[in-house]
Amino acid sequence: MIEVTINDSPKTIAVDQTIAALLAELKIESPAIAVEINQQLKPRNTFDTTIINAGDAIEIVTLVGGG
Amino acid sequence: MPESKKNAVALNQTDATNSNEDVLRIGQHQFSSRLIMGTGRYNSFEQMQETHEAGETQCVTIAVRREKLNDSSGRNILDFIDLDRYVLLPNTAGTYDAKTAVRCAQMGREILCNLGNPGANWVKLEVLGDSRTLLPDPFELLKATQQLVADGFEVLCYTNDDPITARRLKDAGATAVMPAASPIGSGLGIINTNNLNIILDDLKRDDPSYPVIIDAGIGTASDAAIAMEMGFDAVLLNSAVALADCPAGMARAMNLAVQAGRFAGKSGRIPKSRYGSASSPDVGVISKRRQN
Repeated sequence: MIEVTINDSPKTIAVDQTIAALLAELKIESPAIAVEINQQLKPRNTFDTTIINAGDAIEIVTLVGGG
Repeated sequence: MPESKKNAVALNQTDATNSNEDVLRIGQHQFSSRLIMGTGRYNSFEQMQETHEAGETQCVTIAVRREKLNDSSGRNILDFIDLDRYVLLPNTAGTYDAKTAVRCAQMGREILCNLGNPGANWVKLEVLGDSRTLLPDPFELLKATQQLVADGFEVLCYTNDDPITARRLKDAGATAVMPAASPIGSGLGIINTNNLNIILDDLKRDDPSYPVIIDAGIGTASDAAIAMEMGFDAVLLNSAVALADCPAGMARAMNLAVQAGRFAGKSGRIPKSRYGSASSPDVGVISKRRQN
């Protein structure tokens, strides 16, 4: 297991987990999300191949109401 | 005939009689509606949906925020916005520096690309300088504008009512400049008419189709009408409808006010005079004229 932060909260996840696997574990199915790792945007077509490393800071964002 | 009168006549024959001719162009986007609405502060998604319909808007702005990882409601705002009907305008609301604003814009673009919405290429850039006033930080705003323009964005800049800042943003490649009428959500309406008129004069002097949009501070429909009469190309608002006693009713009022202000502004108001000017002929009156 490795330690990461997701949206600024600490979390323990499996080793060699991809972004796609992490989203599945978090039950995030909406297409309306974007993911950053260490402030680098990861396009959706890289979710299956991008491996999350220990210490990574992961941001998962979506659209909400605003003006 | 003065140039302004000539313009008014020309527009009378086209815009004022055929609203289909009067298209709002912002970058590669075109709209017949000149009312851009927000998606925040409604009591419910259903109320937001009803209000958008009442406002007859074609473009709504939406914010980027962290996904709630433990949200069990299962309701998503996008289930209440018809993506075939509305162009989304992602915004960077809540950012306080250029770097975060650029990241926010890029994440918004990524989401809209995934959704297939035509709003993916543009952004309402908001970089705040102070959480109490919600006024922009013009230095960070300019920096973010430069970076986003270089990254291929069409950038619509929320800014203050300073003409120099507005000029700098346009020169940096902003697709539209959007000065605040007054602080976000304040409902104070247009505070600095003179500065806003200078911004309009300056940005449109040699470029009359350059979009300048009033963004923030609108309180009620007359504020929107005045903005449009002044010559703004569109009005962007959120709180004025979302927090009204009847949001849908206020949205309808805003829609009508924006149209009325547009027609009035383009049709040419009469000169103001200190004295009266009779509408009926002087000839043939049955009374003697009296003058003090």
